[in-house]
Amino acid sequence: MIPASFEYHRPGSVDEVVSLLAELGEEGRVLAGGHSLIPMMKLRLAEPAHLIDLTGVEGLRGIAEVEGAIHIGAMTTQAEIIKSDALAERCPILREAAELIADPQVRALGTIGGNAANGDPGNDIPAVMMAVDAAYVLRGSDGERTVAARDFYQGPFETALAVGEFLTAIRIPAPPAGQGQAYCKLKRKVGDYAIAATAVTLAVDGGVCGQAAVALTNVGITPLYAEAASTALVGTAVDAAAVEAAVEAAVAITDPAADLRGPVEYRRHAAGVMTRRAIETALARAKGG
Amino acid sequence: MAKTDIKLTVNGQEAAGSVEPRTLLIHFLREQLGLTGSHIGCETSHCGACTVDLNGKSVKSCTVFAVQADGGEVLTVEGLAQGGELHPLQAAFAEDHGLQCGFCTPGMLVRAHRLLQENPDPSDAEVRVGISGNLCRCTGYQNIVKAIRNAAQAMREKEAAQ
Ligand SMILES: Cc1cc2nc3c(=O)[nH]c(=O)nc-3n(C[C@H](O)[C@H](O)[C@H](O)COP(=O)(O)OP(=O)(O)OC[C@H]3O[C@@H](n4cnc5c(N)ncnc54)[C@H](O)[C@@H]3O)c2cc1C
Ligand code: FES
Ligand code: FES
Repeated sequence: MIPASFEYHRPGSVDEVVSLLAELGEEGRVLAGGHSLIPMMKLRLAEPAHLIDLTGVEGLRGIAEVEGAIHIGAMTTQAEIIKSDALAERCPILREAAELIADPQVRALGTIGGNAANGDPGNDIPAVMMAVDAAYVLRGSDGERTVAARDFYQGPFETALAVGEFLTAIRIPAPPAGQGQAYCKLKRKVGDYAIAATAVTLAVDGGVCGQAAVALTNVGITPLYAEAASTALVGTAVDAAAVEAAVEAAVAITDPAADLRGPVEYRRHAAGVMTRRAIETALARAKGG
Repeated sequence: MAKTDIKLTVNGQEAAGSVEPRTLLIHFLREQLGLTGSHIGCETSHCGACTVDLNGKSVKSCTVFAVQADGGEVLTVEGLAQGGELHPLQAAFAEDHGLQCGFCTPGMLVRAHRLLQENPDPSDAEVRVGISGNLCRCTGYQNIVKAIRNAAQAMREKEAAQ
């Protein structure tokens, strides 16, 4: 279980990372918490020739509120996400989801940016970011651009990141007043990826749903934004019929693999159950429950 | 592949070595420093037997490169006892039968040490969540939880007496 040889770089600034990435091209890979990448390197599923360690790069860590929006540095660890009371107050789904990721040791090093950028459909953070309509801030030698989380995932380990680019921060728009959020995950044990999981945000005003977003983890080749399920809730009282319609629409876009976590039918069913629970929980929270 | 010189503090003492970038921290500790207390269980980031403290965090040292620890501070199970006296956690594990075969124990102890720094008075449930990254195939965890809580109490009492 020893990775292939590589050269190690430890830049101190974002600009240095950009020039290293430009110079190394396909050979360079950024290292964040290492808790997806190092296991893959040990299995020789990844053999980067150069690792660019982001740990010492200034300005990539921390949680801040900027004009109502929430900015999270890519190198903020999952443990730091859990620890932040301010974040749990403003956007509680992040703590709820982070607590369901792996175990304390993994979360001590694993980062929010690494989880978002990895591109594994089993990662929990992507669906959450789709549900809160986050934008990813990408830096490359042409400067900065942002890509919506909902547009970021293209295939297994395939994302909108171009060669030479990396993720510096995640921006979450201010959650609307009266929004409830929930992340429901079914897993076999601590430290396991989801059999199925669903992230939901929804806002109700005067008993009517004005905004809803539903996103799914590990039931397709990418995390899935369930647009039809989201639309099925908006304008309704989120009554039994609306929930049923949303669950059906969510399950319809799932296409999980049969694996150790169960056969296809089971995992699709589980996606429905998680979606129903997440909608009902988010609704109760939106109503102040 | 060229080697890199690294320098770190391990159990309060300066340690240095020359490593390939791909050398895992657990291999550096065991093979270069001769600190074989930290165990290799799964080597796939799951079991926690290799847990050490790195810069005040519990980490799985099979999933960290030694070069990443350059300049850092490491605590392994060898660093827990002070002046020939067992650490309260070690004493409690012995007293409460917190181990059987002992394979998971170095990781459990070092993890519990960090947990009690973060939360000096954890409930049963908080201990269980806290050690959920450490697998034990013998004890059924019951006595580990008991030992950690008793150690916590002993440590609080010691603190209060000072
Ligand atoms: C035992 C175990 C259980 C786990 N269980 C779960 C789980 O239940 N749910 C879950 O979601 N995850 C789980 N994980 C994965 C864990 O959350 C990882 O920490 C996370 O997926 C990757 O974050 P990282 O910081 O460790 O990234 P790394 O492993 O360092 O990087 C992962 C990938 O993303 C790229 N990358 C990292 N940061 C950036 C960046 N800023 N810009 C561009 N690319 C970047 C890297 O080049 C690499 O390709 C588990 C891991 C382990 C070992
Ligand atoms: S040996 Fe490191 S987690 Fe098992
Ligand atoms: S005492 Fe044997 S594995 Fe824990």
